[in-house]
Amino acid sequence: MTTDTARHIPDRLDSPFRSAVFSWEMLLVLVAIAIFVINSIASPYFLNAWSLSDLTFNFTEKGLIALAMAMLIIAGEIDLSVAAIIALASTLMGMALQAEADTPTLVLIGVGVGLLCGAFNGVLVTRLGLPSIVVTIGTMSLFRGVAYIILGDQAYKGYPESFAFFGQGYVGWVISFELVLFLVAALVFWFLLHRTSFGRTVFAIGNNPIAAAFSGVRVERVKFILFCLTGLMSGIAAVLITSRLGSTRPSIAQGYELEVITMVVLGGVNILGGAGSILGVVLAAVIMGLVTFGLGLMNVPGIVMSIFIGLLLIVVIALPIIWNRLRERSA
Amino acid sequence: MSIVRKLLAAAAVTAALVATPAMAEPVKIALVVKSLGNGFFDAANKGAQEAAKEIGDVEVIYTGPTSATAEGQIEIINSLIAQQVDAIAISANDPDALVPALKKAMDRGITVISWDSGVAPEGREMHLNPSDTDLIGETIIKLAADYLPEGGDVAILSASSTATNQNAWIEAAKKVLPEKFPNINLVAVVYGDDDSVKSTNEAKGLIASYPDLKAIIAPTTVGVVAAAQVVTDQNLIGKINVTGLALPSEFKKFIDNGASQAVALWNPIDLGYSAVYLAHQLATDKAEAKPGAKLSIGRVGEVTLDDTNAAAMAAPFQFDKSNIEEFSKIY
Repeated sequence: MTTDTARHIPDRLDSPFRSAVFSWEMLLVLVAIAIFVINSIASPYFLNAWSLSDLTFNFTEKGLIALAMAMLIIAGEIDLSVAAIIALASTLMGMALQAEADTPTLVLIGVGVGLLCGAFNGVLVTRLGLPSIVVTIGTMSLFRGVAYIILGDQAYKGYPESFAFFGQGYVGWVISFELVLFLVAALVFWFLLHRTSFGRTVFAIGNNPIAAAFSGVRVERVKFILFCLTGLMSGIAAVLITSRLGSTRPSIAQGYELEVITMVVLGGVNILGGAGSILGVVLAAVIMGLVTFGLGLMNVPGIVMSIFIGLLLIVVIALPIIWNRLRERSA
Repeated sequence: MSIVRKLLAAAAVTAALVATPAMAEPVKIALVVKSLGNGFFDAANKGAQEAAKEIGDVEVIYTGPTSATAEGQIEIINSLIAQQVDAIAISANDPDALVPALKKAMDRGITVISWDSGVAPEGREMHLNPSDTDLIGETIIKLAADYLPEGGDVAILSASSTATNQNAWIEAAKKVLPEKFPNINLVAVVYGDDDSVKSTNEAKGLIASYPDLKAIIAPTTVGVVAAAQVVTDQNLIGKINVTGLALPSEFKKFIDNGASQAVALWNPIDLGYSAVYLAHQLATDKAEAKPGAKLSIGRVGEVTLDDTNAAAMAAPFQFDKSNIEEFSKIY
């Protein structure tokens, strides 16, 4: 891991094969396979095309946000307002619906509101130099508060039939639109983070923002873009979830921010910034879906389910650290 | 390796244990509640298990999310669809957001009913209300009249003057007074706004203004406690009977000390029992949910569906010295 190599620099790097085998992503793949096998053995209903398709809905919306959140956290920032952005975007889509907006307009409003909310966070963090955790705790209450003021205990419903496609539609057979969108977004984010100079600057900022600035990286601009991206993905998630629920209430997506951050951390992104991969986040999203759906099939109560997620997070995070300690001791 | 083998063996044994009851093909009915860890719903589950035992060959799956959200309930509905349950009986966290998921369940041949907290008509076959306005109105007068064989003055201490529920119940109460309880004289209706202090003052005001007052009826859980406390404090036990709608756990001490003879509220055990009873009949095609249909709910009686396929279970359940101890432990 990055922190280790910083402390003692090896004579030569591990071979690509060796680093792939001992990578975080490989660990996640093994965990995912293990859970898949356990699910298949424990429930006769698990290995079924429709079950597996329904399973993907447990993680696609949160996973979309996690992709952008991963880049933001790698750059050393965080956004706790993503679920509140969903609530506000969904509420404003509902208002547009009352004004008889058509489906393309609704989507545009949802995505646009998300982008604007993200830009608002970005301006507060980069222009005023406030810590992102403080700013987004504030905007978390602000965005959802506005949604509550607009809606109170009411709901917007009656979204058009064509709008239902985004959250309930299938591209073909059991492949949902949400899943395809998630996979395409994962490819785009993978390319952006791991194959562009923009992605390299994100890592540079996370490792050392001052050094990055002296190297000519426009740190504030990159961070602003990342906040906008996170807002944009939250807006897209708002469209999907509103479409899936077919209605809007201000309590929509309550608590999603922590599940998104859990995915990112489980995916191997360093919460202090500087390290992480999109593949890890995608695998973590799939694992969360497998665990929650598998436990659901066994009718494990939600309370026990959150214990499992917590344990999984601790075990997966602790395992490599313990492994490294043992290796150091034996060396 | 041996650990892995042991784990696989354990998993296989578990799978066998899980699979065995499925051989008998019982009717699987899922009782989905707003959230787990709530005494009211645990009591409903007790009734559901009782119904399952009485009908025979029924398996009740009691489940619900950790926090009371529509999103959590949708994940549960998806896993129930995958398990191919025969019926889902749900107390909904959101009447609209669950509709697409429940529609999907119905499309795949699952009987869906809502109880306690309803789902919009397009998302269920029928809805079971705990009670209805007329029954509640009649019950609150009856609670006072039962202990006033010679009649006398009674007063109502309500919630706020704009509370829709309470106003409807009081209207219904006024309607039955002349026909069914001719010797009961309703002297006043006052409003405590569901605020302890204001309710206490209003109760004191009633006692001062009407020296012949025999009973105070409070169709609100806050008002009924305040009034009983005033009667206790002013040593009027035996002279003024406090009654109305009360939570057994909050109100037990006033039944014990005699400030109240009896109060009433919905009975969650009967509610869970009736929900499973109805779900079983609809799932096994012994009955059909359509406006005007009369459906049996076993030992609780019979319900009639209205235009929207909704029905009221029964009059509120009465709590007195004989059963308050038992119910105060439940909710």
